[in-house]
Amino acid sequence: MNHSSIIRASALEYVRGVTSGEFTAEEFLSETLSRVGEAETRYHAYLRVEDSQRLLARAREVDRGIKSGQKVGLLAGMPVSIKDNICMRGSRTTCGSRMLEGFVAPYDATAVSRLHAEGAIIVAKANMDEFAMGLSTEFSAYGPSRNPWNTEYVPGGSSGGSAVAAAAFECVASLGSDTGGSVRNPASFCSVVGYKPTYGLVSRHGLVSYANSIEQIGPIARTVSDAALVLGVIAGRDEHDDTTADAAADDYLEGIEGGVEGMRVGIVDEMTEGADPEVARAVARAAGDLEAAGASCERISLDMVGYSVPSYYTITAAEAASNLARYDNLRYGYDLPTDGYEFNSYVAEARGRFGPEVTRRMILGGYVSSAGHAGRYYLKALKVRAKLTREVADAFASSYDILMAPTVPILPFRIGEKSDDPVSLFMVDLNTVTANLTRRPAVSVPYAVSAGGLPIGIQMMADSMQDKTLLRAARALERKRPPLPEVPD
Amino acid sequence: MSGSGRGAGGAAGGAAPRPVIGLEIHCQMTSLKSKLFCPCRADYRGMAPNENVCPVCMGMPGTLPRLNAEAVRRGTMIAMALGCAIPERISFFRKNYFYPDLPKNFQITQLDMYGDTSIGGRGSVLVGGRTVGIRRVQLEEDPGRMIYEGASVQNRISLVDYNRAGTPLVEIVTEPDFEGPRQLRLFLQMLSDMVGNLGVCNPALEGAMRADANVSLEGGNRVEIKNISSFHDLEKAVVFEIARQEAQHSRGLEVAQETRHWDAARKITAPSRLKEEEKGYRYLLEADIPWVRIDAETVESLKSRMPESVSEKRERFVSRHMIPPQVADVLSSDKMYSDLFDAARTDKNARELANIITTDLMGLAMASSAAAAAPAAARDDVGGDAQKKKHDDPASDVIRVDGLRELADAVASGQMARNSAKQALHEMAKTGKSFAEVSSEMDLGLISDESELLGVVRSVISEEPQAAKQAYSNPNTVNYLVGKVMQKTRGKADPQVTLELLKRCLLGD
Repeated sequence: MNHSSIIRASALEYVRGVTSGEFTAEEFLSETLSRVGEAETRYHAYLRVEDSQRLLARAREVDRGIKSGQKVGLLAGMPVSIKDNICMRGSRTTCGSRMLEGFVAPYDATAVSRLHAEGAIIVAKANMDEFAMGLSTEFSAYGPSRNPWNTEYVPGGSSGGSAVAAAAFECVASLGSDTGGSVRNPASFCSVVGYKPTYGLVSRHGLVSYANSIEQIGPIARTVSDAALVLGVIAGRDEHDDTTADAAADDYLEGIEGGVEGMRVGIVDEMTEGADPEVARAVARAAGDLEAAGASCERISLDMVGYSVPSYYTITAAEAASNLARYDNLRYGYDLPTDGYEFNSYVAEARGRFGPEVTRRMILGGYVSSAGHAGRYYLKALKVRAKLTREVADAFASSYDILMAPTVPILPFRIGEKSDDPVSLFMVDLNTVTANLTRRPAVSVPYAVSAGGLPIGIQMMADSMQDKTLLRAARALERKRPPLPEVPD
Repeated sequence: MSGSGRGAGGAAGGAAPRPVIGLEIHCQMTSLKSKLFCPCRADYRGMAPNENVCPVCMGMPGTLPRLNAEAVRRGTMIAMALGCAIPERISFFRKNYFYPDLPKNFQITQLDMYGDTSIGGRGSVLVGGRTVGIRRVQLEEDPGRMIYEGASVQNRISLVDYNRAGTPLVEIVTEPDFEGPRQLRLFLQMLSDMVGNLGVCNPALEGAMRADANVSLEGGNRVEIKNISSFHDLEKAVVFEIARQEAQHSRGLEVAQETRHWDAARKITAPSRLKEEEKGYRYLLEADIPWVRIDAETVESLKSRMPESVSEKRERFVSRHMIPPQVADVLSSDKMYSDLFDAARTDKNARELANIITTDLMGLAMASSAAAAAPAAARDDVGGDAQKKKHDDPASDVIRVDGLRELADAVASGQMARNSAKQALHEMAKTGKSFAEVSSEMDLGLISDESELLGVVRSVISEEPQAAKQAYSNPNTVNYLVGKVMQKTRGKADPQVTLELLKRCLLGD
């Protein structure tokens, strides 16, 4: 591998290469950093890159460790990035919002401390839709990221920066967060793997809450195995997050090559019917691939899916209004003198910095959960969620190991194309929100590229805590799919 | 504002309907080590502003609450003591409103709107022979504290101290079962004794127990009174509010349904300027805290952990330790002092010990705040379930319990006069010296040496010829002379020896 191409290595290739002395962590990192410098002029995947001298010093430390036979961790100096709603001590964490322009996190998220403990080098904070609300990264207060497959197009969102960074070799892997598809959607649009774990598998400590009852941190990487490797590092019980499952750290690579022989796959009608024809064809071919690998595929109908998006927006808006209430600029935030204000007027003025989408959802959330309206909206949405959960649980219990659909029913769209039409943008979430509402794990696997050169991803979902089964199925599809073109550069 | 009168109007001049009063009491769990959702200290008192905080209780982005399991256990014990039903599982809710003392701009609390998932509910207690219903008991976090500085409202500066933010509170909501201030007083006394006895709260700490009252006249609109800083003021506020509502009623005016604030300076209730209560709190399930199961096993183990109740304790003091009922009342109602009693008690000294504690020690604590530190120091040591506080040298606490025991022993065995015991106690509390040191240094021991007393007895007889003469026939006069000897020796003369000497001298004359 020559120097210009080493940064295209998968995570597993990186670990093998660096520990066998094929290249040093410092070489890999410095190649990555120069790639970032060049790629960022076009993609804007990152909001901030960390100090390169300090990062390189860390890489040299890893190299010394490898030479002297010390433990350097599973990730051994691997350059990774994290979405800007994940806290890293001493580093700014803005959530893509001007509201938190001046917020420097005083502590590490558990996912961050676990990455560090395994020797990862976190190079940058990735761009995102403001407070993770959006699916195009156009709602970032710091400008949109661009899709490396075509810079006129959105990279998806809200973890758009993370997906772009992984797709454009600006890191080996990245952490995003997925509230209604925010890891899987941009992964699909950028032709990388996006993994949303079972709710409670990964600690949310240090993930800035948007809709805390359904969201998870998840890895974005170039291969299924890479996502599994990173998942293994960040997953497991955390005493800082009472909602984490009582599961010990696990190796999610174990059994990943086991194939789908004998697995039963349901293709969800409601998620496929209205899809773009090219997208629908991809799903059909993917089903064929899985059958060829020994799985049985059939169509399945989930009635409640039709109500999932309104339920999702109602619940997330109500939770967002509560979770984002703390941003009153009194304890942290940005510089705004208090002279001449009393509490209410100051808070109103300070919160004027929220962008339009966040404001819209908070107003919506206040309304749907307020006395007199909660019964018609918020509580009804919870009922829908409960019914949907029952329906999905039944499907897994009685018939299926995997539920499959397009990750997004449509192809990536142009920047600005849908930004004036929030409701049509909401429908882009149709296939992804079910996994969040029902707390099931789901993954987007790159499958094809459209005639127009835009990526198409396939979503797979499994039952709660069946993350290993899901990764095995995803890996089987990845192995079976027709070869994908290289991302243009 | 509600305009629908529920029967208040039109009865001008008639006898006022009876008052109906309910209470909401907030009790801080001062004896816990940590806050309700983070490891910061539950006892924030005496710390510099904003010293007792962390990212969690400051509501920093990305932080999550971590429920304090001991708070759940202690809260359950309070609910049990109030006769409440204990739910199989509890959950938490967010009460959303903006206020500067609330770091997250929501308060994590409990709610029974979607099923009984508060820590306890539907209980009752007997107060002064009447039943008071307990609607619910819930756990919640205390907000921070606002401090206002500046001469006028126009240039007032608001400061916030978050040391208190997130400290564990138990809220107790009663049914509107109170008819008047006397019953309120009895209930609040019972409740503060109870939480103290359970080792959950030290009610003596400022702000540890606070109450709001709901007052109405039967059939009329309900008025909520907030901002009451002490139980003493609560009574005054309720008395005022009843009078105000009766006056409205007698004039045929409807009592408005509203929230009023107690103005302690003017001793009146006044309508709140803030209309915060009017808007909804948009309660949401707190998804960051999973449901907590309270299984039968837990309930049983907590039952076995429940200390002897105040009334059981009183009964034991009277029947087993032969303490007069009035003394037992005082002693049993205070956990700190009754623990001290039990720690220093022997079969022989119990009565004297109870006297010393309830009169001398309590008097001492009341008299000077400096001296109050002495009994407070004893608390950690003797509370079997006491949480380890910052407290200093445990040896010095043991000396205090021992000192008290030795003192009571000395009085009980007749080695020291009752009066001298008080003096010795003062000295021990002031200097921290042991009983032995104090009694020898202060020369508080009884003078039973005949040669020493004989001179005093003789001089008394010569100074009191009249009494000495009568003493032959009247035994009361002998006692009078004993008293004179006591006076001269400042209470140190052994009364038995003095009597002997007196008799001998008088007869011998």
